[in-house]
Amino acid sequence: MTPAVQQDNQLYARLKEVIDEKKNLRNPLIEILRIAQDIFGYLPVEVQEFVAKEMGIPASKVYGVVTFYNFFSMKPRGKYTLNICMGTACYVKGAPRLAQNIEDILEAKMGETTEDGRFTISAVRCVGACSLAPVFMIGDETYGRIETKDQVTKILERYQ
Amino acid sequence: MSLKRIDLLICCGSGCVSAGALKIKERFHEVLKEKGMENEINIIETGCMGPCDYGPVMVIYPEGIFYKTVTPEDVSEIVEEHFIKGRPVARLMLSDDERTFSVQKEVPFYQKQIKVALANCGYIDPESLDEYIATGGYEALGTALTEMTPQDVIDVMKAAGLRGRGGGGFPAHIKWQMVHNIQDNEKYIICNGDEGDPGAFMDRSLLEGDPHRILEGMMIAAYAIGASQGFFYIRAEYPLAITRIRDAIEQARGLGLMGKNIFGTDFNFEVEVRTGAGAFVCGEEMALIHSIEGERGNPTPKPPYPATQGLWGKPTVVNNVETLANIPTIMVKGAEWFNTMGTQTSKGTKVFAITGDIRNTGLVEVPMGITLRELIFDVGGGMVGEGKFKAVQLGGPSGGCLTVEHLDVPVDYESLKERGAMMGSGGLIVMNDEKCMVNVAKFFMEFCVEESCGKCSPCRIGLKQMYEILDRITKGQGKEGDIEELQRLGESVKMLSLCGLGQTAPNPVLSTIRYFRDEYESHIRDHSCSTKVCLDLMNFNIDKSRCIGCSLCARKCPTNCITGSREEKYVIHQLECIKCGNCYDVCPVNAIDKIPGMHPEMKEYRAKLQAQKDLDD
Ligand SMILES: Cc1cc2nc3c(=O)[nH]c(=O)nc-3n(C[C@H](O)[C@H](O)[C@H](O)COP(=O)(O)O)c2cc1C
Ligand code: SF4
Ligand code: SF4
Ligand code: FES
Repeated sequence: MTPAVQQDNQLYARLKEVIDEKKNLRNPLIEILRIAQDIFGYLPVEVQEFVAKEMGIPASKVYGVVTFYNFFSMKPRGKYTLNICMGTACYVKGAPRLAQNIEDILEAKMGETTEDGRFTISAVRCVGACSLAPVFMIGDETYGRIETKDQVTKILERYQ
Repeated sequence: MSLKRIDLLICCGSGCVSAGALKIKERFHEVLKEKGMENEINIIETGCMGPCDYGPVMVIYPEGIFYKTVTPEDVSEIVEEHFIKGRPVARLMLSDDERTFSVQKEVPFYQKQIKVALANCGYIDPESLDEYIATGGYEALGTALTEMTPQDVIDVMKAAGLRGRGGGGFPAHIKWQMVHNIQDNEKYIICNGDEGDPGAFMDRSLLEGDPHRILEGMMIAAYAIGASQGFFYIRAEYPLAITRIRDAIEQARGLGLMGKNIFGTDFNFEVEVRTGAGAFVCGEEMALIHSIEGERGNPTPKPPYPATQGLWGKPTVVNNVETLANIPTIMVKGAEWFNTMGTQTSKGTKVFAITGDIRNTGLVEVPMGITLRELIFDVGGGMVGEGKFKAVQLGGPSGGCLTVEHLDVPVDYESLKERGAMMGSGGLIVMNDEKCMVNVAKFFMEFCVEESCGKCSPCRIGLKQMYEILDRITKGQGKEGDIEELQRLGESVKMLSLCGLGQTAPNPVLSTIRYFRDEYESHIRDHSCSTKVCLDLMNFNIDKSRCIGCSLCARKCPTNCITGSREEKYVIHQLECIKCGNCYDVCPVNAIDKIPGMHPEMKEYRAKLQAQKDLDD
């Protein structure tokens, strides 16, 4: 067995544990998918099929749920997720400009992953830190009142 | 709440944490340890205190001294001067031109506020059940369970007239009564913590800052309607809120406030936390119910209402976080007290998240009926920077914009609705005169197009058409009749859509047309955006008399469309300009102006293209 497959098997084993634990809750599909995304980083079709099989539900139902919610991604993501807040407060305080700057620096567009696989850039709707607008988040860390390219570059350098 | 000499309350709300509150807390621990004073000072992490703009903020008791924008470097001074010598540090206090406000109560930001839902937010440690109980927590639940019948509880709510704070403003007691009256041994109470409105963080702050209050409110509601199972539905973007609620549930269980025979009565209650997965429409109660059921979060036509056929087809009450937060206090202080605040039809207080071009951005709670002027200029401290007040947007992505002429309108459900805005969940975004209203309307429309679940066609197709018209207008391709078309589409989408999203999504467009029609007209007729926000309808221009010919702009221009020399000065070739604004930012002598309107060269060019196209057709 190749190492990659082995690692995969471990991930599937973890997922199976989660499913076994949550299966008896009433309709835990969304919770399980959230954890599956934590484990795999994203939800490729194989993982969705695995979940469907383990839960004894049609794969089409899993697919329907995954595609409905923005939180789920079917594409691999970068090491870090960079979420730019496009909520109203940030929008009026210059989020479009901030987004442009970040896209320029990372040479990737909203929704894309950088070539080196470091960042996936995406837009979110309000992270609840509006008083610091415009805001972006890397992982769980919030950065606010950042305006210039230099400031952004400095922050991004911390994430290697 | 402690026997220590001083209570140091550090705000650890999301705003202050992002501004570095946790580092300050660490620093206090370090310095106090060095001085051997750990036993004298009680450091308490609280939820949001409100004035997030000044974060990190803290309050020091017994005096109630308020410090703002504290940095780790300030910590030693606070310990040395304030804690040891008893001399508060004036430099860190809030001040205006005339005076310094040393005590939190004096700070103008707090003066017109009345804290009911937020009473503990910023005063207690949200992770401590003891502190919640010390402020009278779970008293209301105890009284309700041991001394009142469910109908008594509903009667109190009816007399209080509490209306839903999640946007609809539907009286809580009516829903409760309906579910109470249905005989069924399986009923549910759901707390709606989806808070999808961008620009809103009230529910987040409540869940993070005082989780036990929400839990207690939910249990009182559960008792009244006869439910023994509850759900919190909280959006995944709020991990701390989710953790705090989960912990609160476990703490309550530890004291026997959760589970079987609560307060020795035959009331049993269990609650589960479910997380949203990033779909705005899931805040709508039917969609939310489907999401808890593990389905796609599509709204379904009402009736049937959740009260009759909710979660798993059973009678269900869905209440917003803030609605639940009001309940314990109403039960303790009574309906009469609650009725002393607010207007004829809108009782009590409302929490707002004030943001935008305003001095005191943050979280406030004010009595209903306060005027917009008081809210924006007294509580909010007025506009920040040079810009003048232009508009205020209330009610989330489907609310409306109000203007200067509405500043004296009282903030209550009916008055706002009459003017084409709405209370919504409490997001309030203040905009100055640098904001383009057509662009703002387009922004909200884009949001609604993306968040439409697509189930009903008026919403799916109609909103898209409206968005495309707005997009054309902001790009200088508006036509005569576009405004009327937007109004026609807007009215029909409102009438024909299935759920609240479609029924309200046209509001921002309709209200901006109503109050800023001239702005739409100048975009369409004169190809000009007076605020210079719409890039196709403005241009950058170098004023030769101010240009010193340094060539910096030419070097920074990504399309190399600036040429010239030291002698000749520099010019922008308009047709190639992509309006990135680099030149404007780098010019050392500010020789570059932003000018409203499409540049004449561009106009001519576009006209030529159009003529060519007409010929080809
Ligand atoms: C598109 C849409 C989004 C909504 N989002 C929320 C929300 O984020 N939070 C909320 O409490 N209510 C939201 N609502 C209102 C709920 O449907 C429901 O009326 C509310 O949760 C009832 O609680 P209340 O009576 O205590 O306000 C939304 C409604 C619609 C139509
Ligand atoms: S706005 Fe950008 S593209 Fe236009 S002239 Fe200036 S630098 Fe060049
Ligand atoms: S940067 Fe300013 S001063 Fe220098 S060449 Fe450009 S317009 Fe002239
Ligand atoms: S987060 Fe500290 S005041 Fe709001």
